[in-house]
Amino acid sequence: MEFFLEVLIGGLLAGLMYSLVAIGFVLIYKASGVFNFAQGAMVLFAALTFVSLLERGVPFWGAFAVTLLSMLMLAWAIERMVLRPLVNRPPITLFMATLGLSYIIEGLAQTLWGAQVHGLDLGISDEPFEVAGLLLSQFDLFAAGTAGLLVLALSLLFNKTRVGISLRAVADDQLAALSIGIKLQKVWMIVWAVAGFVGLVAGLLWGARLGVQFSLSLIVLKALPVLIIGGFTSIGGAIVGGLIIGASEKLAEVYLGPVIGGGIENWFPYVLALLFLLVRPAGIFGERAIERV
Amino acid sequence: MMNIMKKPSVLLGALALGLILSSVSAQAANEQYFPLQSYRVGPYAAGGTGFFGGFIDYLQYVNLKEGGVNGVKFTWSECETEYVVEKGVECYERLKKGLNGAPAAATNPLSVGIAYATLERSTADKLPLITINHGRTDSTDGSVFPYVFPLQLNPYSEVSAIINYIGDKSGGLDKLKGKKIVTLFHGSPYGKETNPILELLAKKYGFSLTLLEVPHPGNEQQSQWLNIRRIKPDWVILRGWGVMNPVALKTAQKTGFPADHIIGNIWSNSEEDAAPAGTAAKGFISITTHPSGTNFPVLQDIDKTVLKAGKGNLQDAKRFGTVYYNLGVVNGILNVEAVRVAQAKFGKRPLTGEEVRWGFENIKLDDARLKQLGAYGLVQPLKLSCSDHEGGGAVRFQQWDGKQWKVISDWVQADRKLLRPIIEESSHKYAKEKGITPRDCAKES
Repeated sequence: MEFFLEVLIGGLLAGLMYSLVAIGFVLIYKASGVFNFAQGAMVLFAALTFVSLLERGVPFWGAFAVTLLSMLMLAWAIERMVLRPLVNRPPITLFMATLGLSYIIEGLAQTLWGAQVHGLDLGISDEPFEVAGLLLSQFDLFAAGTAGLLVLALSLLFNKTRVGISLRAVADDQLAALSIGIKLQKVWMIVWAVAGFVGLVAGLLWGARLGVQFSLSLIVLKALPVLIIGGFTSIGGAIVGGLIIGASEKLAEVYLGPVIGGGIENWFPYVLALLFLLVRPAGIFGERAIERV
Repeated sequence: MMNIMKKPSVLLGALALGLILSSVSAQAANEQYFPLQSYRVGPYAAGGTGFFGGFIDYLQYVNLKEGGVNGVKFTWSECETEYVVEKGVECYERLKKGLNGAPAAATNPLSVGIAYATLERSTADKLPLITINHGRTDSTDGSVFPYVFPLQLNPYSEVSAIINYIGDKSGGLDKLKGKKIVTLFHGSPYGKETNPILELLAKKYGFSLTLLEVPHPGNEQQSQWLNIRRIKPDWVILRGWGVMNPVALKTAQKTGFPADHIIGNIWSNSEEDAAPAGTAAKGFISITTHPSGTNFPVLQDIDKTVLKAGKGNLQDAKRFGTVYYNLGVVNGILNVEAVRVAQAKFGKRPLTGEEVRWGFENIKLDDARLKQLGAYGLVQPLKLSCSDHEGGGAVRFQQWDGKQWKVISDWVQADRKLLRPIIEESSHKYAKEKGITPRDCAKES
């Protein structure tokens, strides 16, 4: 039982790390209906910029501020050069644009900062500690706390501020939002900037765990089943989806893996996601789209 | 035509052009070319830039220091593969014919996937394919794989040497009985390649073996390490690649497994594998065929002749003397030595791939020769032949002190006698499948 609980808790905490990446997707999808394939590349870009500045002697908060600024500039450039010219294009066009963007951002990151692998120490110990016979990771608990704070901050932003209300209006109906004078471009720019901030937070936590290297951009693969289960339009859904995926993949690897040969952690979440798609295509918290035909 | 030739300026121009062309061709005629399927961008760029940086710097060093080998200078060009197999094959086809008349000596893709994909092409084109420290284990048998060279260390030798080391640490191989060993392997053909040999060695020495797969890329290993915690093994062998290595070390720390009982294989042994794990990597042991560091005469000479002259290939000079860089230098030493050996037989001129292959098969690096090359302790003694394309099969063990690797053992030899029949069984099966008649190595000279 103790072992089961350790696997379960470890999975839940890992799942919250996936949620951090998934939230970036949700933000952009909510506001523009675009599935931003470049979110992983943004995470890489943010982490690589931050760690490279740190290694050049810039203090922690200075590096954080400069990186955040660079993410805002990236958001501005994406809105101006990619999204604005593609307004009113079909979603698949925008999706393909973000696919191209991911390669451009990855290439840009390596051109600017090199291909070297970097260690990143956030000053949070990863030594385990024991609670009732269970080993818990300080770092994972910190990451879980960060994810919780982020959800809280984003909820406040969406529900209690004027900008947030504009974002929700655009998310509900772009044409109606335009007709009452909401500037679509401005909203998109803000959303991409917030997604950049979320990417920076995710990049720092994932970078501290994996090392800052190219593989950071691959963590999007962990976020996809989270989105399918939680829904593409709900930040809370991203958290719940992450918890479900994290716990189930770990339990499956430990208990089902030995029976069917091991190494199932990568594809098992997709099996689960496909099953969810069959039963609830919009995900647990996703909005059901009703279209007049 | 007559009119044109009557004009002296046109005639002089034609003569000058002729002279330039003949000088280019004369220059090319005295150059030996290395086609480089390098990768400097993408997920594995850190390895690629280090390895190809070291390889190029060594070629440059031989050119600057000695004017090439017997007056034949080295030339090279790069083709970016991004470690992608299709691009690697495309690069192979583009570069294999040589450069400006300089014939290609050998290909060195430093990629298992690209090596597998170009293996048959290399054989058909009679161009040596060098897979230093990796590649198909059965290509050690040169009678079946005449153009493939897993120099220094094939995957089977790698695990055999690790088990020998663990046996030594336990007080002898007979003391392995009852020990528990877990192998954490990358979920790929590369990762799985040594599992049958580990199972064979477990049977032979009586230790219990658990094989745990980590799906690619390996950025999440919680469940595997919780399993390891439950098994409580004496040692964990880490057969990782890329991001899987630091994550393994970090997760080991998180689950309370000591780093000094984890032994990394040949692709878990670089600074890039240990440093990102921070304090979790302290004490981590791995194998190496080439210690890192700059205290070898050849490296000091490269520094003086190439780097200080501003002709080094590394973008970041701090990487000089790192594991990947030194592997590139070792690879350069072996490639150049093959050309040198082949020139002694075929003449002091640029050679064909077939002739360079003979050079590889006749490499003999003893301590005296290694000292001459300034690489004593950096390269293990090697003797290759028609039937043995590996040549060494030994490793040293190194330990991460939190900042750098420290060598902690002398050369530990793999049990090559045990492995040879298994290698031959596999190579002969391949020969049968492909309709290859193995060479009679007794008749080769």
